[in-house]
Amino acid sequence: MKYAAQRLVHAVFLLLGVSVLSFLFADLAPGDFFSELRLDPRVSADTVAGLRAQYGLDRPLPVRYAAWLGSVAQGNFGYSLAYRGPVGPLLRQRMRGTLLLTATATCVAWLLAVPLGIWNATQRGTWRDGFFKFVLGLLLSIPDLLLAIVFLVLAVQSGWFPAGGMQSLDLSSLSPVERLRDVVWHMALPVAVLVIGMLPILVRHVRASMVEAMNAPFALSARAHGIPRLRLLFRHLLPAALNPLISLFGFSLGTLLSASLLIEVIMGWPGLGPLFLDAIMARDFALVLGVVMMSTIFLVAGNLAADLLLYRMDPRIRVR
Amino acid sequence: MRRRHKLRSILIFLGVLHAAVLLAAFLAPYHFAEQHRDFPFAPPTRLHWIDPAGRLHLRPFVYRIRQDLTTASYKEDPSQFYPLEFFQQGRLFGVPQPGVIFLLGSDGYGRDVFSRVLYGGQVSLFTGLAAAFLSLSLGLVFGLTAGYYSGWPDQILMRSGELFLALPWLYLLLAVRAFLPLHIDTVQAFLLLAGIIGTVGWVRPARLIRGVVLSARERGFVLAARGFGASDGYLIRRHILPLTFSVAVTQATLLIPQYILAEVTLSFLGLGVGEPVPSWGNMLADARQYHTLVSHAWMLAPGLATVPILLGYLLAADTLLEETVN
Repeated sequence: MKYAAQRLVHAVFLLLGVSVLSFLFADLAPGDFFSELRLDPRVSADTVAGLRAQYGLDRPLPVRYAAWLGSVAQGNFGYSLAYRGPVGPLLRQRMRGTLLLTATATCVAWLLAVPLGIWNATQRGTWRDGFFKFVLGLLLSIPDLLLAIVFLVLAVQSGWFPAGGMQSLDLSSLSPVERLRDVVWHMALPVAVLVIGMLPILVRHVRASMVEAMNAPFALSARAHGIPRLRLLFRHLLPAALNPLISLFGFSLGTLLSASLLIEVIMGWPGLGPLFLDAIMARDFALVLGVVMMSTIFLVAGNLAADLLLYRMDPRIRVR
Repeated sequence: MRRRHKLRSILIFLGVLHAAVLLAAFLAPYHFAEQHRDFPFAPPTRLHWIDPAGRLHLRPFVYRIRQDLTTASYKEDPSQFYPLEFFQQGRLFGVPQPGVIFLLGSDGYGRDVFSRVLYGGQVSLFTGLAAAFLSLSLGLVFGLTAGYYSGWPDQILMRSGELFLALPWLYLLLAVRAFLPLHIDTVQAFLLLAGIIGTVGWVRPARLIRGVVLSARERGFVLAARGFGASDGYLIRRHILPLTFSVAVTQATLLIPQYILAEVTLSFLGLGVGEPVPSWGNMLADARQYHTLVSHAWMLAPGLATVPILLGYLLAADTLLEETVN
């Protein structure tokens, strides 16, 4: 319990630090949301100054930061100038899209990676292992960007999958079951790209930690006792190999909000990715900060969850 | 010994790829901005050895291509052909004037995709290399300081490092880019990209190097040298720095491909190097309209060009890691 509290306090300080850093950085940056307006000859300098005063952009940095913190406490995360509304609801709405995508992809990737990695570890030293390693390496060196574009082209050419988006246009005319099928159908491609992107790394880690467990003396003695192969693998070796995998799992939980940014942009998925890019282009600082903070919170929380889980599962850590 | 051979062949492979990109001005038949307005989206030009009369030519030639304006498709015109010329005008190969040679097709402005992939690699690869160099230098300096002096410099550096690690990488990159002016000229963009990507990534190498330094500091020969009155500067330079090299090299093979991808991503999103200078990222952005891609698949070439490079670095990193493990 004390350990958990300690870690939690640490995480909160980390988030505070990140937000302060972002604010400082944004302050150093040239230009703001109204800079483009200044170029417009029809808009006088006074108007721009007035607008900036109206939205409080002319206040000193500490005051703005305090105001932002207050807004965070209310769940608003500041005011988006481009969308003319608080950032919070905007984030929540888009987060659902992103989470739907990444949670599915992460589940699928892990469900595939664990058996594949274990199988791979048992094949160590054979040509199958080498071949599989090569395939994974090849998959790892194909950028997600390229994969997403190719999939999109194939989707358009074959007509089997929709080219981007999350839902069909005539959604209201569909029954709930059809609606679900529609979303799944739209999800297939982005999820496939994400899974292919995650899989090689996960399989490698599973394989590496399984190999390590198999090399341990207890594995040899268990085998000498005549424990059946599958039971040995899943009951004895997997738990022993679990430690690094839990950390990795925490990390993949943490990246739930950030892993799919690029894929979302390319595939037109209504998640945080396109929102973030638009916010950057429009210099909507509150929105940029909101997205960054949200994904940072996820990352920190994921790591925290992994640490706590490790603490529960592995008595060796508790001794320290 | 086998590993050494493997590593050598990987390095040769990577070296050839980098040399090809570096020598773009010689290997590419056209300048990256040269437009052939009559040939938008021309498919890859076919090289021929046998002419319509059935005679074999030792010097390959290309036929004149004509665009059918109603269907926008291209046809070869066997009545006119142009043999390849070598070493003309400081280029490895080319064809005499009204003929054109697009080994990987042409883009919407009739620019040669093959030439642009080679030139584009210069931006993408060297942003990656420069950024990795910057990252590693920062990592070395900070890692050495933190590991060697420990105490408060260590605390400050590692705590602020955690801030960087807490942010998702791509978001951090984009956010940093967000706070800089959107439209800048090419050289600035190049330096800026390398600067941003490199600065953002200092933490991981710094942590690893700190670890190495922490253990190196207590090694017998370091303690002995200190006992003989060696200064801090001498100890770091002569005894500790060399110990960090293997970590630094392995890190470099991991960071460079990551940073090449970062450049490709940023330019793809329109936040990096802009037209008319090609980079693999902004070339792929052209290919993003899928109606272009469906009929002009060769526009994917810059994306495919990244694959062997990334694979090469990946294999190098793997081999190096194996070497340190065993």
